Amino acid sequence: MRVDYRMEYVFYGILLLAAVAFPFFATNEYQVYVMALAFIWAISAMGLNLIAGYTGQLNLAHAGFMAIGAYTVGLLTVDYGVPFWLAFLLAGPIAAVVGFFAGILSLRLKTHFFSIFTLCVGYIIYLLIEKGDSFTHGPVGVIGIPAPSIGPLVFDTTTSVYFLVLAFLVLTIWVMRRLVRSIVGRSFVAIRNSDDLAEALGINLMRTKVLAFTLSTFIAGLSGGLFAGFVRFLGPDLAREYHTFDLIAFVLVGGIGTLMGPVLGAVALTWVTQSLQFLENYRMIVFGPMLILLVMFFPHGIIGTFGIWMARRRANAGKRSNTQAVLPSRSGEEARANA
Amino acid sequence: MPEIILETKALTKRFGGLAAVKDVDAKVEKGRITAIIGPNGAGKTTFFNLISGTFPSTSGELWLEGQRVERKRPDQMAQLGIARTFQTTSLFDGATVMDNLIVGHRLRTSSGLMDAIFQTSRLKADERSCRAKAEEALDFVGLTHVANRLAADVTQEERKRIAFALALATDPKILLLDEPAGGVNPEETVGLADLIRKISATGLTVCLIEHKMDMVMGLADHIIVLDHGEKIADGTPAEIRANPLVIEAYLGAGHDAAA
Repeated sequence: MRVDYRMEYVFYGILLLAAVAFPFFATNEYQVYVMALAFIWAISAMGLNLIAGYTGQLNLAHAGFMAIGAYTVGLLTVDYGVPFWLAFLLAGPIAAVVGFFAGILSLRLKTHFFSIFTLCVGYIIYLLIEKGDSFTHGPVGVIGIPAPSIGPLVFDTTTSVYFLVLAFLVLTIWVMRRLVRSIVGRSFVAIRNSDDLAEALGINLMRTKVLAFTLSTFIAGLSGGLFAGFVRFLGPDLAREYHTFDLIAFVLVGGIGTLMGPVLGAVALTWVTQSLQFLENYRMIVFGPMLILLVMFFPHGIIGTFGIWMARRRANAGKRSNTQAVLPSRSGEEARANA
Repeated sequence: MPEIILETKALTKRFGGLAAVKDVDAKVEKGRITAIIGPNGAGKTTFFNLISGTFPSTSGELWLEGQRVERKRPDQMAQLGIARTFQTTSLFDGATVMDNLIVGHRLRTSSGLMDAIFQTSRLKADERSCRAKAEEALDFVGLTHVANRLAADVTQEERKRIAFALALATDPKILLLDEPAGGVNPEETVGLADLIRKISATGLTVCLIEHKMDMVMGLADHIIVLDHGEKIADGTPAEIRANPLVIEAYLGAGHDAAA
């Protein structure tokens, strides 16, 4: 067990080093920009993974909650002159409050009924933003969001915002790791596994699902706040369902219900999309089949498949060293009853 | 006269016009093995679902240790000490057996989200007790050797035992087993019957639904027979074997009651 953890820390250490070194090896600023944006989507995807991957409730309104966080920052800073950091601190909580109420309503439904309902919730969020001209700037969007700054420290270059986003990504991974490995996270997984069994084990379904849902919308709001500070322009389209579908693709490719799956998926798919850019709209001809093949042959995603392989290897190693097999003993009474 | 731990009085469940369980008066004695038998569609699983809180009853009373409990949810019933297994055990195939079991003791712990994020001492103590309970339960059902195997890689019989372990990890007072020997071979059935006896020997009350009459007759202290949602008989295995109503309704159809 100890050795496993050490290997894991080495793995995280290498990833972090690579992420820190990336801007210095990038050949142009655009690459840094793309990576930072991928990280923001990765944070959002981790939120979606919490409710869809770990808890098994596919929330199709996720991009809507991301938009709520983004618009919290955008509107407060541009229209009300609130300092960026104060607005940013509110992005997660406001998305979570909306998420809480959306959650207690929508989580009364199960499986695909829940997903369809949340699809509507997401669309309603989009419509409210798009039609609420006087409050949200409607289809024009929010322009001129100030760059994030702490006192004299202003994150106005691409590289500086990259590190800011990276810091939040690391923080999210760190909190998520603690959460999903705890018994709280295990009760989420128990619900994904089987509602009935989880409930029979004494887990309050509604309370636990609402907790996971609210938390996932908090993370969505946080990533939205970062998005607003990074892109510094917002349109209502951010709330659209196709962004949720992108997030689902990130989660599936990387590994649904795994800690690092969404991060890997977001980064990998972003770069694949970038490298297929020269094909313009024909890139979907390459992209679509790639996704289908991946889901067909690696239904657990990249990290999930690797994790299962590792677990099997470990179990087999354990079996070899542990030769004692406990066989169920037979009793004569049953044998007599059979006779 | 042994103590009655669970009692139903005129317990009824209607689905639309159909009475799946109708006016059932039943008593479960503490520390004994009670079997519920009956032909397919007799309402056995519905009866279990009523006791475990999965469905609210239409009418009638449910008493657990002197407390009326017919309006409780399944998780509340689990808190009160009713654990159950299902006909099919849904485990998370992508995790190890041990990982699947740890959540079983969650209901006896109190750590919340903040405990998890800040890794408080309460969380650590709770995790320790969950893990210890899982190990204890796994050892009890004789599966310590598969603790680190993926749930996808265990046999059907091991799966049944894991389901038992999961239920035992909740620290129950009553264990409800829905077809504990369904889908396993005769030899394994004997092993599972031994395990049920071992569970009963610890003083736990066991209630089971089973179709395998050999197993029921050899195992149960008390048998309740349901047919078309109604209780048609209850008593010791010997009394049930001799009951003409039971023979007609159930045992007569392809089963040799005197075996």
